[in-house]
Amino acid sequence: MTTNRQWLGRYGEDRACDYLSKLGYQIVERNARSREGELDIVATDGPTLVFVEVKTRSSRHSGHPFQAITPLKIARIRRLAAGWCASRQLPNSQVRFDAISVLVHGGNVDIEHLRQVA
Amino acid sequence: MALAISHSISLQGLDGKVVSVEVDISAQLPAFVLVGLPDASLSEATARVRAACGNSGFNFPSQKILVNLSPASVPKSGSSFDLAIAIGVLAAMGVVSATELAGMCLIGELALDGKVQPVLGVLPMLLSARNAGLRIAVVPESNLAEANLVDGIDVLGCSSLLQLVNYLKSEGQLVRQVSQPVDSASRNAAPQLLDLSQVVGQDEAVGGLIVAAAGGHHISMIGAPGSGKTMLAERLPTILPRLSIEESLEVAAVESIVGMARLERGLSLQPRFQAPHHSASVAAIIGGGNSLPKPGAVSKAHHGVLFLDEAPEFQVNVLEALRESLESGQVQVNRSAGSATFPAQFQLVLAANPCPCGNYGVIGKDCRCGVLRRRRYGARLSGPLRDRLDIRLDIQPISVSAVAGLATGVTTSAQALEKVTSARMAAAERLNAWGYTRNAQMPGPILKANFNPGRKAIAQLDRHLAAGKTSMRGYDRCLRVAWTIADLEGATSPTAEHVFQAVTLRGPDQLMGEE
Repeated sequence: MTTNRQWLGRYGEDRACDYLSKLGYQIVERNARSREGELDIVATDGPTLVFVEVKTRSSRHSGHPFQAITPLKIARIRRLAAGWCASRQLPNSQVRFDAISVLVHGGNVDIEHLRQVA
Repeated sequence: MALAISHSISLQGLDGKVVSVEVDISAQLPAFVLVGLPDASLSEATARVRAACGNSGFNFPSQKILVNLSPASVPKSGSSFDLAIAIGVLAAMGVVSATELAGMCLIGELALDGKVQPVLGVLPMLLSARNAGLRIAVVPESNLAEANLVDGIDVLGCSSLLQLVNYLKSEGQLVRQVSQPVDSASRNAAPQLLDLSQVVGQDEAVGGLIVAAAGGHHISMIGAPGSGKTMLAERLPTILPRLSIEESLEVAAVESIVGMARLERGLSLQPRFQAPHHSASVAAIIGGGNSLPKPGAVSKAHHGVLFLDEAPEFQVNVLEALRESLESGQVQVNRSAGSATFPAQFQLVLAANPCPCGNYGVIGKDCRCGVLRRRRYGARLSGPLRDRLDIRLDIQPISVSAVAGLATGVTTSAQALEKVTSARMAAAERLNAWGYTRNAQMPGPILKANFNPGRKAIAQLDRHLAAGKTSMRGYDRCLRVAWTIADLEGATSPTAEHVFQAVTLRGPDQLMGEE
């Protein structure tokens, strides 16, 4: 079960990266881990550094994927992003937080992208 | 990005303001945010609205729904905004047309299944909506009778969210009840359970009560326990003239915001009777409320009778707080979320025992109270308060022999009401030029300058004044009561006899030990 979910999450993040690349984003890092947690995708959109949280679901039974991104989670992503920037000495970059939902059902993949969610 | 605006009414006391419910749906993480100073009960609207919409078949988009209640700086309370919020969201979603909502005011609470629940204060809300120029009001169907009392605005009743949505899509109808005639026979002609003729053997007191009713005079009744003070006071409303439509609307508006209005069968024109217990707090009598102002007993007794039984047992600060509303006919209630002015033109009836044990001055009984104890009891009613009492009745317990001879009292409420009504008409005609309707309202200077019954008639009063037996204020009070007695007897001006009766009714201030 756990492997199944991990596979789904991994698959969703791959689709999200494909999608971002098609939009012209450069993927900088994936699954940037630190002690506190993990940033799914770090990319650049022109001059802007974008931190992307990806939520993947195989059904809408437990609500829209975006509903799983709680204010608490956003606060954590902000902290992680600050840590990420500090460790790489990028003080002047513009930063943005995006969310991507990947809905996989019956061979179809629906991607929704929200810019600047926090 | 989608935007829609619907309208509702926010009540501050009896005063309503139109609130624009602005709804914005934007591509953001899903959220349902309500801003614009909602209080706790209103903040919960988001949960109710989401469930009600979902159970009516309208699922919210996975986007950010921002609801702003404008003007955003006015504190808002209660559950009556649910309907406006729900329709605003559905309009922003494109389910209903946003243009349909212009000039329409939506009032109602939503149950989770989408039913529209009744709310408090519909009457004052609609009066404000009409005065603000809104053309259509949608209210809960259970509040329709109340809402129909307001002229000049198109009133529609709805029982569920779905019904309202269908109406806005021109696919259905709302309830439009023909407004029933005010003073419907069944309500206002119902037989009275209380009648003045049930008061046996207290003819003088009954006479005093009729004078009080005719002139609108505040009155006190001092007498032993069981002598009939409460019985008399309860029958005062039965001999007061019916309220006018405007007056009963004012009263109904107050009752509407405290949930006391019973308007299913039309307006009640009966003057109200409020008898708060002597343990009542200032907030209960004058008005209070947690954060938003709510009316108290003085406002519920508007155009009616406020009866304080065992008056000296009330907290002193409660009695003192009465003075402002006695003076101005209204009361201002200040709470943290704002202040409100409520009407409070009531006729005050105080009842008290002559002393703590109740036997002082009662024929054939012994008082066990010391002088000091008696004084202290009487002094709880302050001078300024007792000064406002035009009539002070001394109620003696009636003897067995008197009861045996009389099955019923001599005067029925109907007879007394007829006398009171014609006396009030005479007074109103005379005082019209000064803008007053009742003798009790007349300020002393106008009274003495324009309504001097002549030297001969007031000779006794002048002697009292000269001898220091009465104050100048007491003099004015006697004069007012004398005019009321003259009005009751159909005289054009008080005679010496009327003035004498007035002095008798004014009586000594027993509680202060006067004999």
